Amino acid sequence: MPATSVVLQARGLTKSFVGHTVLEDVDLELRAGEVLGLVGENGAGKSTLMKILAGVHSPDSGTVELNGEAVSFSHPVQAQQAGISTVFQEFNLLPERSVAENIYLGREPRRLGLVDVGQMHRDTEELLTGLGVTGLRPGQRVRSLSVAEQQIVEIAKAVSYDARIISMDEPTAALAEHEVELLYGIIGTLTARGVAILYVSHRLKEIFRLCDTITVLKDGRQVTTQPASSLDDAELVRLMVGRSISSFFPDPVEGTVVGEPALELRDAGNGYVDGVDLTLRAGEVVGIAGLQGSGRTELFEGIFGVRPFTRGTMSIAGTQVRPRSPRAAIRAGLAMVTEDRKATGLALNQTILDNALGVVRAVFPRRTAQARRDVPGLLSSLEVSARATDQEVQFLSGGNQQKVVLARWLTTEPRVVLMDEPTRGIDVGAKHSIYELMRSLAADGVAVLMVSSELPEVIGMSDRILVMRDGRLAGELPAGSSEETVLQLATGVTVAPTTTTPAPTDAPTEEVAR
Amino acid sequence: MSTPVTTSTPAPARTAIPAHQRGLGGRLLAAVLTPGGAVFVLAAVLLVATIQANPNFGDPGVIMLFLGRTAPIAIAAIGQYYVIVSGEFDLSMGAVIGTQVVLAGNMIGEDPDKVVPVTVLMLLVGAAVGFANGVLTTLLKVPSFIVTLGMMLALGGLVSYLTGGAATGNPVDEFREIGRGRFENVPVLEFLPYPLIILVVLAIAATLLMRRPFGRNLLAVGDNPESAERSGTSVWWLKTRAFMISSLAASVSGILLVGYAGVHPSVGDGYEFTAITAVVLGGVLLGGGRGWVLSAAAGAIALELLFTLLTVKEVESTWRDTVQGVIIIVAVAVAARGWQAGRRPRGSARRAPSTRIPTTPTPGTTNGDN
Repeated sequence: MPATSVVLQARGLTKSFVGHTVLEDVDLELRAGEVLGLVGENGAGKSTLMKILAGVHSPDSGTVELNGEAVSFSHPVQAQQAGISTVFQEFNLLPERSVAENIYLGREPRRLGLVDVGQMHRDTEELLTGLGVTGLRPGQRVRSLSVAEQQIVEIAKAVSYDARIISMDEPTAALAEHEVELLYGIIGTLTARGVAILYVSHRLKEIFRLCDTITVLKDGRQVTTQPASSLDDAELVRLMVGRSISSFFPDPVEGTVVGEPALELRDAGNGYVDGVDLTLRAGEVVGIAGLQGSGRTELFEGIFGVRPFTRGTMSIAGTQVRPRSPRAAIRAGLAMVTEDRKATGLALNQTILDNALGVVRAVFPRRTAQARRDVPGLLSSLEVSARATDQEVQFLSGGNQQKVVLARWLTTEPRVVLMDEPTRGIDVGAKHSIYELMRSLAADGVAVLMVSSELPEVIGMSDRILVMRDGRLAGELPAGSSEETVLQLATGVTVAPTTTTPAPTDAPTEEVAR
Repeated sequence: MSTPVTTSTPAPARTAIPAHQRGLGGRLLAAVLTPGGAVFVLAAVLLVATIQANPNFGDPGVIMLFLGRTAPIAIAAIGQYYVIVSGEFDLSMGAVIGTQVVLAGNMIGEDPDKVVPVTVLMLLVGAAVGFANGVLTTLLKVPSFIVTLGMMLALGGLVSYLTGGAATGNPVDEFREIGRGRFENVPVLEFLPYPLIILVVLAIAATLLMRRPFGRNLLAVGDNPESAERSGTSVWWLKTRAFMISSLAASVSGILLVGYAGVHPSVGDGYEFTAITAVVLGGVLLGGGRGWVLSAAAGAIALELLFTLLTVKEVESTWRDTVQGVIIIVAVAVAARGWQAGRRPRGSARRAPSTRIPTTPTPGTTNGDN
C-alpha cells in the first residue's frame, strides 16, 4: 500500500441531536500510515465524529468514502467489517476471560465444532509479537492485567479484525508515563504497516509527538486541519479554546503567604504506603508525582481516612488527628477531590445544586442554608457552564462535572485540599480554570496537595514536588525541575544501579526518605 | 504543554447560573414526562375510567371511603420509598403489620386506658425492627433482601407461635376508631376518614423530610454510595434510619388495619409486595437515587384504583397477584429508561453521556455498599 494513499475521506459531516447541532460540515482525511490528531475542548464534537466513523451514529448529512467507495454504516459491526476499529475510552473487555478469549470473542477458531484453544493462543501470541508486545500471555485473565495491558488487549483486538483504520479515544488517559511509551511503540508498528490512526487526546505533548496532521474542532465546527509541524503548543491551544491564555500554568497570586504547617505527617503508613514524612503549609501548592502504583492515591486515602493510617502521626493545623473515616477527615478540615469523578465524586442522577451541597449536607447539615446561598456565586466563579442549577450533573461535560466536584468541596471551607488527578479527561479551558482555582485557594491560605500523572502539570503548578516510589516518598524537588529529574526519582533507576542508594539527581534540595 | 502559552483575555464575566431551567409550568410539564410524574396522570386516568365504568364511584362519599381504605397501603408505600430510594429493600413490612396487629389485639384488650401506652410500645417495636434491619444490612453487610426476608420469616413465625395462627384478642373500639373512624358533616366531601387525614399529614411530613439534608443525602447514597461515603456521609446510620421509617410506616398501617380488617395475624400478608409495587409504579428507581416520595403514595392510589376498576369490570379477584406481578416488571423496565429521557435538558442531547440504564438489583444481589 503506498504510504500516502487516502484510505478514508469524509466530507461535510453534520449531526444534530434533538435540534442541537453537535457537528457541522466537518471534513476528514485519513491516510495510510499516518496519524491524524483530533483535538478540541470537551463538547467540541470529537466523540460524535468518532462515533459516526465507528457506525454508532449515522450522520444527518455528509459522506464517508472508504478507499474511494461511499459507505454508510448503521451498526458498529459493519464499520468493523469494513476495517474501521475503534478503541473507546471505556474498555469493552470481559474481566474473567483470558486475553485470547477476549480478542477472538465471537469468532474463536474452531476444530471439530469446538473452540481450538491452542490455535487461538498461537494466533494471539503472533498478534501480540507483531505489535512488539512482550510479557503478555494469551491465557492470562484480563482481570489480572494493568490498565495499560488491558488497553493493549483492546488494540490487539482492533488489529485482529484486520483494521485499516483505528481510532483511539484518549488512549493514554488512564496510563502512567512509562506505559505511554509502550503505546507509542504500538502506534509506530501499526503506522509502519500502513494503518491509519485517528488519535483523540487532550494531551498536547502526545499530539505533537505522534501526529502527522492535526484537526481542531470547536463547537462542532472544523477550525483547521494542518500539518503538525506548522503548529506549536500556544497556537494549538489558541485554536482550541478560541482565545489565548496568558500562561497555561498561572503563577501564584501576588500576596500569597506561605504560613504555618497545615498538614503534617510523621512516619505515616498503612497497608500501601510507609514511612511518609510530609509537611504541607498553608498557602502552598504541592504536587506529588510518581508512577501508577507508587502509592499516590493510597497516600491520599490514608490522609483522608478511606484507608486510615495504622502507623505514625498526622496533624492538621498543629492538632494531632487520625481520621478513621472520610467523615472524620472532613470534620478535621480536609477535602479530597477523587481521581474518578463519576465513580467516587458525584451522584450523577442528582442536580448540580444537590451535588454542590452534597458534602455540607452530609457532614455539616446546619450550614446547608448558608451554603445554598453561596453555591450560585461559587459556580459562577468556577465558570461552570450549565443551563440551571437544577440540571442533572450527568448531562454536563467532564470539565463542568469536575468543577461541580470542586464546588462541593469548597462549600465546606477546607484547610487542606487533596486533589487526585484534578484535570484528568477535561478540556484545556477547564484545566486552566482549575489551575487558577488552585492558586486562588493558596492565596486564601488553603494548603493544596495534588497528585497528577501529567508531569508538565506537576512541574508547572507545584511550589514543591514530592516524588513517590514503591509506597514511599522518594524525595522532594523544587518548582520547575525538569521532567527527567522527576522521572529519575520516580523510577529510581536511571543512574543509580541499586535501590539502596538514593537516586542522584541534580536537584539541590532533594532529600531522600530512608 | 510545558511551554507557557501567550496572552490573555480574562474569562468573560458570567452571569449567575439560574436556579431553574424553565418556569414553574415548564417544570411541572417536565415532571409529568418522568415516570415519577406520569403516575399522577395514570391515577387520574384510572379514576376517570373507574367512574365511567361505575358512576357511583364518582360520589364524594365513595371516593372518601376508597381513600380511607387505601391509606394503609399508601402509608406503607411511603415507608418503603425511603428504603428503596437508598438502594435497599424492605420485605419485612407485612410481617411487621402482622406483629403490630397481634400486639394491639392482645395487649390493649378491652381496656381503653391501655390504648396510648400500647400504641407507643408498638411504635417502639416498629422502630426496633427497622433498626435491626438497618444494622444487619449496613454493618454486617448482608444484602437487605436477605435481612428483611429473614426478618419477615422470623416475625411471621413468632406471631404464629404466639397466636396459633388464628385471630386472637380484640382491642377496644377507641383503638379501632383510628382505622375506621371519620369526621362527619364535612362540606363537599361529606366526611373525612381518619386514615386519610393521617395519610395526608404523613405525606406532607415525608415530603418535607425529603427536602431536608437527610432526604437529599438518602438520594445521594442511593445514587452513588461510594461518592456519598467519601463525602463524609455516615452511610450506615442514614440507611438504618430509612429502615426505621419503613418499619414505623408499617406499624402505622398496622394500627389503621386493625380498624376495619380486624385482628388476624395474616392481615399484613403480601403487604411488602404491594408496597414495593406501588413504589415502583410511582416511578421510583429500584437500586435507588431517583424518584419522589409523593409518587410512591400516588402509585399506591393508582394501584388500588386499578384493582377497583378490575373489580367493577368483573375481573375475578384471583387475578390480582398476576396483575401486580406484571406491573412490577413493566414499571421497573419503564422507569429506568423513562427517567433518563425525562431529565435530559430540553432541546439538547449535546454530550449526552452513554444512556446509562441503571440496572435493577435482582434478588440476592446488592446494589451499592450493603
